[in-house]
Amino acid sequence: MKSVSRILAIVKKEVRQLRRDRLTFGMVVGLPVIQMLLFGYAINTDVRNLRTAVADQAGTHLSRQFIAELGQTQVVDIVAFVETGADLEDLLLRGEASIGVLVPKDFDRRIIDRSRSAVQLLVDGTDPTILGVANQLVSMPLNFDTARADASTRNPIAIRPYFNPERRSPLNIIPGLLGVILTMTMILFTSVALVRERERGNLELLINTPVSSGELMIGKVMPYIVIGMLQLALILAVGRLLFAVPVRGNPFDLLLAASTFVAANLALGLLISTAAKTQFQAMQMMVFILLPSILLSGFMFPFDGMPKFAQYIGEILPNTHFIRLTRGIMLREATLSDLTPDFFYLIGFTIAAMLLATLRFTKRLD
Amino acid sequence: MPTGYAIEARGLTKQFGDLRAVSSLDLNVPRGQIYGFLGPNGSGKSTTIRMLCGLLTPTEGTATVLDTEVPGDSNALKPKIGYMTQKFSLFGDMTVYENLQFMAEIYSYPSANRRERIEQVLERYDLVRQRRQLAATLSGGQKQRLALACAVLHHPELLLLDEPTSAVDPQSRRDFWSNLFRLAGDGTTILVSTHYMDEAERCHRLAILDHGIKVADGTPQELQNATGMHILEVVADDPYAAQSAIRELPEVASVTQLGVRLRVLLPEHVVQPAALVNSALQAYAIESTVSVSHATLEDVFVAVTLDPRSDP
Repeated sequence: MKSVSRILAIVKKEVRQLRRDRLTFGMVVGLPVIQMLLFGYAINTDVRNLRTAVADQAGTHLSRQFIAELGQTQVVDIVAFVETGADLEDLLLRGEASIGVLVPKDFDRRIIDRSRSAVQLLVDGTDPTILGVANQLVSMPLNFDTARADASTRNPIAIRPYFNPERRSPLNIIPGLLGVILTMTMILFTSVALVRERERGNLELLINTPVSSGELMIGKVMPYIVIGMLQLALILAVGRLLFAVPVRGNPFDLLLAASTFVAANLALGLLISTAAKTQFQAMQMMVFILLPSILLSGFMFPFDGMPKFAQYIGEILPNTHFIRLTRGIMLREATLSDLTPDFFYLIGFTIAAMLLATLRFTKRLD
Repeated sequence: MPTGYAIEARGLTKQFGDLRAVSSLDLNVPRGQIYGFLGPNGSGKSTTIRMLCGLLTPTEGTATVLDTEVPGDSNALKPKIGYMTQKFSLFGDMTVYENLQFMAEIYSYPSANRRERIEQVLERYDLVRQRRQLAATLSGGQKQRLALACAVLHHPELLLLDEPTSAVDPQSRRDFWSNLFRLAGDGTTILVSTHYMDEAERCHRLAILDHGIKVADGTPQELQNATGMHILEVVADDPYAAQSAIRELPEVASVTQLGVRLRVLLPEHVVQPAALVNSALQAYAIESTVSVSHATLEDVFVAVTLDPRSDP
């Protein structure tokens, strides 16, 4: 009983301190909203209006028609007409155009011939998305013989996008962003939690009281689980209102997955806190976790496309598993029982990190 | 039945890398008394206190604190001791009342009497008007009273105070000491470290620490009677010149200037010390009077930290 009341004493203290810490309180609300707006609006893989230069060496009726159609796709924005391939290369080099379109002298003959490509695209390969767009352009129908159009322009493989028929980026991004935001804020709060008390001298007082390491750890984590849930609600609400991101699965499953994930990150933060000597060190360690959580978790790049080594690192991170859970529950209408390995990993991770943090934290100064 | 000592330490030693912070310390602290640790910064006072309450593990030696072995089950000890850190360690972003409330909860003070007890210490330590003030905004003296209030809230048997008065004005120090005497009168054993002589003088007993070694212990009176030194007081118009002249005497152990007065310490085996010093002053034709004086605690401190016996 004494143990419970000591945990409650710590919880009460944390809540009181949190309430007076405007910066942290602002971060609870501000960080998710700002990130949602940034990621939701800025990250867009549907590229339009790429600056394009054209060298029309044919100058025929057909070539002009082709260039006009190219412009109508809105994928490219034709900014310059030049004479030669060398001129195009020059524009690419100086970064004034991302794509160069070279229409050769014998364009008309090549269209009919079909054994040789009719047009050459010079692409700035430094940006992978531009390269991807160029690939789209390649599949553009180049057939001016209206009679044969249907038969020859049909693509051999048709894509049917499940779960995201409109191919909207926010739909992919927001469930992943949920994980990134929770990782960032939760680890941030707890990683400095113990270190700050150490720096302010509070820890020397605390470890002289009868409170045990375990009680201290649990008491410190509990208020933040509530905050994590608040952030979850906030992110889902903004996602729904601004980006029409649905929660197709069971909201209770999502809540369960999110609270486990929040606990995992809080435990990880505490573990950092027991290792760091100063708040600054704790921040540095946090970045060390945050960066792979963004890059290797499948949030930014498809998990299966990463090298094996990076995948192994990704598998360790809680965020990787949480993103699988959220994408599953929110978009594919999956249930937790469909995704048990990821869910159990999060539970195991939480317990392990919490134990490790408690063991590492001794009520001693040496 | 509380008999014997509140703290008994034997050969307590703490090594930090190459630094021997505390070296083979023996201590006997009687119950219900104020026991002082006097020593300059870095003499091992804080380290000793931290070892006694289980925050640091001694490299060697053992101690019995309130019948609990140290190092050992320090959790059994925690509820029985109150600890006041050198640096203010309460929560600056909580009010005076909230800090006290937190301490009451963490020490599992019976909830039925909790409010009453908090009101009692607010009253006793003159913090009633500050109860809603954030602890960080308190003055030095108020912070110190709050720290003491928090340390004694749960009625500890032993109070460990690590330089409690280093950041407060003289009036606050006086008030603080009257509080300590009241606590000792109620049966609390108090171990207090300080580098102020006037504070050390108020302790029932004290130990003088220097570079981690206990160089003397006893009641202030005992220490003053057993300096092993002649104490002379020299009053001179030009104390600086007098000081230089006296220092030339090989017998002189130490000269300390206090305004126009000089305190001169010579080992007890020197015969006729006053005549010796007088002749040195007259050799330089310095106007002065030399008189024999009694040892103050400061003289004791100077005498024992000189420690000429240790280098043969």
